[in-house]
Amino acid sequence: MAGLIIAESAIFTIFVVAYLFYVGKSLTGPTPQEVLEAPIFFTICLLSSSLTIHFAGKSLERGKHGAFLILWSLTILLGGLFLYGTGREWRRLIYERGLTISTNLFGTTYYSLVGLHAFHVTAGLFMLSMVLIFGLAGRVGADQFRRVDVLALYWHFVDTVWVVVFTVVYIVGR
Amino acid sequence: MSSDAMAIRNVEVGSLPLVETLHGWLTTVDHKRLGILYILSALLFLAIGGVEALIIRIQLMRSHNDFVSPEVFNRMFTMHGTTMIFFVAMPILFGFANYLVPLMIGARDMAFPRLNAFSFWLSFLGGLLLYFSFLGGSGLYGAGNAPDVGWWAYAPLGARAFSPGHSSDYWTFALLVSGFGSIGTAINIIATVLCMRCPGMKLSRMPLLVWLNLVMAGMVLIAITPLSAAQIMLVIDRYLGGHFFDTQAGGSAVLWMHFFWIFGHPEVYVLVIPAFAFLSEIIPVFSRKPIFGYPVMVAATVAIGLVSTSVWAHHMFTIGMNSYANSFFAITTMAVGVPTGIKIFNWIGTMWGGRIQFKVPMLFCIGFLFQFLIAGLTGIIQAAVPFDWQLSLSYFVVAHFHYVIVGGILFALFGAFYYWYPKMTGRMLSERLGKWHFWLFLIGFHLTFDVMHVPGLLGMPRRIYTYEPGRGWDTLNLIISIGAFIQAIAILVFVANLIISYFKGAKAGNDPWDAWTLEWSTSSPPPAYNFATVPVVASRRPLWDLKHPEDPDNQYE
Repeated sequence: MAGLIIAESAIFTIFVVAYLFYVGKSLTGPTPQEVLEAPIFFTICLLSSSLTIHFAGKSLERGKHGAFLILWSLTILLGGLFLYGTGREWRRLIYERGLTISTNLFGTTYYSLVGLHAFHVTAGLFMLSMVLIFGLAGRVGADQFRRVDVLALYWHFVDTVWVVVFTVVYIVGR
Repeated sequence: MSSDAMAIRNVEVGSLPLVETLHGWLTTVDHKRLGILYILSALLFLAIGGVEALIIRIQLMRSHNDFVSPEVFNRMFTMHGTTMIFFVAMPILFGFANYLVPLMIGARDMAFPRLNAFSFWLSFLGGLLLYFSFLGGSGLYGAGNAPDVGWWAYAPLGARAFSPGHSSDYWTFALLVSGFGSIGTAINIIATVLCMRCPGMKLSRMPLLVWLNLVMAGMVLIAITPLSAAQIMLVIDRYLGGHFFDTQAGGSAVLWMHFFWIFGHPEVYVLVIPAFAFLSEIIPVFSRKPIFGYPVMVAATVAIGLVSTSVWAHHMFTIGMNSYANSFFAITTMAVGVPTGIKIFNWIGTMWGGRIQFKVPMLFCIGFLFQFLIAGLTGIIQAAVPFDWQLSLSYFVVAHFHYVIVGGILFALFGAFYYWYPKMTGRMLSERLGKWHFWLFLIGFHLTFDVMHVPGLLGMPRRIYTYEPGRGWDTLNLIISIGAFIQAIAILVFVANLIISYFKGAKAGNDPWDAWTLEWSTSSPPPAYNFATVPVVASRRPLWDLKHPEDPDNQYE
């Protein structure tokens, strides 16, 4: 998983570089200053899901099955909320502001970078849900905590990437 | 585990009917079989890519030749480059890594056998996808249309307007798919080396081949992924109307070049480091001496890995970067020469004073040493920015990188074939045919690629489908083409050797070369479980310790 994370980091790095390279190079509007609003609430959701998954892993290791399931579901809920937030933002941008992926360079880079991240969140949620289903069926025991930890590592990575994406898109890029 | 059950059933595969044998190969998760599948698929693509090279050479044999049309010529060099790098060199090196790494560290299999199978089929199907473009390039109406944008597909050539139809899409997706396969294999190699070594196999005792493949895998993770990212951007441009590389909307064609070469240059080292790995195993055995300067070799490899990630823009001196960037990339490029030089001196140091046996694997390795040195020197020449301005995009560059890839990597690969074929099949390759192969290939290689430097210096640009007579290029190009055909004959000798020796070669036994690493302690070919008992090692040359208990290695390390 560490290897995968290194590889994924390189992919994200290229997209971030492209975003930064093209900041302010769009020939037509709308510009990020006009349309972007920082999604503070949903960012808090995603970042706190790192905490819940961490404690979910801890509970599993200590054999507290109920606590594990609750915290794990909470993680999925928070991740889902974040995804909903991204969807709402995209909806607003596309229908109210008329910014699509082919409008200008900002649109291209913005949707690619945020979309790549959202894709990773979706993949993560899919894997988390599989564990939840197995957990509800009683198949995830304390002896599995190392495997669950590997998945948690991926989730932490997705969160960390969001910190970078947030900084780049909503702070530097504006 | 289901994989265990499957592998054990494969043991008596020889007595099974054909369909079941094929099914066994198709569904295998055994690292040895996957290694062989990698190598076979690479040989298939080597033949195809070789034919494309011959078509190029026939076309350029004389001025105003019309053997193929300009359009076909463009497709040929695009497909030749793409095939040789992504579907010959990478898979064949991964194949050897797959086969040898677990055996050399005394492991049962790779860390993730199923990921291993998945990676192989991804890269193989990626190759098929690329070649399907001949049929489906224009969506199956009319004649096919292979990619013709050059193996690096510089923007805006890759854009919709300049590359209509689907040919570039096949190129993009083939590289994307096989790229994911490469990442899977790299993760697998790293996990295997770090987690599955047998007792006593400390990192400082690993065979150099394993060390070098570990570094290679690490480089794949950070080198292939930028290409994947750039391909995703290209798909967004082509299908979703994005503007990453669209200069009319403020996008940048140069950015594509940067992304491509951030992949492209480390890629050279991804390919050459496994070649170094073969040399580091073969030269000591045939010099009857342990490798000279083991820790320095490891350090030099890691240094190459690090420095080579910051040299990419030396492919781009002619696009007009500022002089600071030019100087930076010229200096880093020259700096790579230092650890590489250390390696060459270490191999010579290993041979120095040894009792050298000139068997075929050793011949190819010695050829490598000479040719790689020259390739390195022409590389250093081109690192000098003004000189590069003169030579960039000329046949000098083509000669230089073929010197690296054919004269270096392919020679090392042939050495590896002759060295490990007995382990993989249980039969020796014929020494007589092997020597024919070596000398023919050597002569053909030098005819082609030594001479190719000259038209480059005379100003012949690459990628032209024909040229005017009277520029002094005609005779040179004829010699180059003749050399190409001599190489093709040598390859035929090699293939004949592979096939004949498989049926009629001398029985190899466990350890035909009196070698020292763990793969020679098991039978040839190794059983599905590799080692009946988990080996325990106490030095870098476990088989030496076994053969010479009175003078074990570990007292010197």
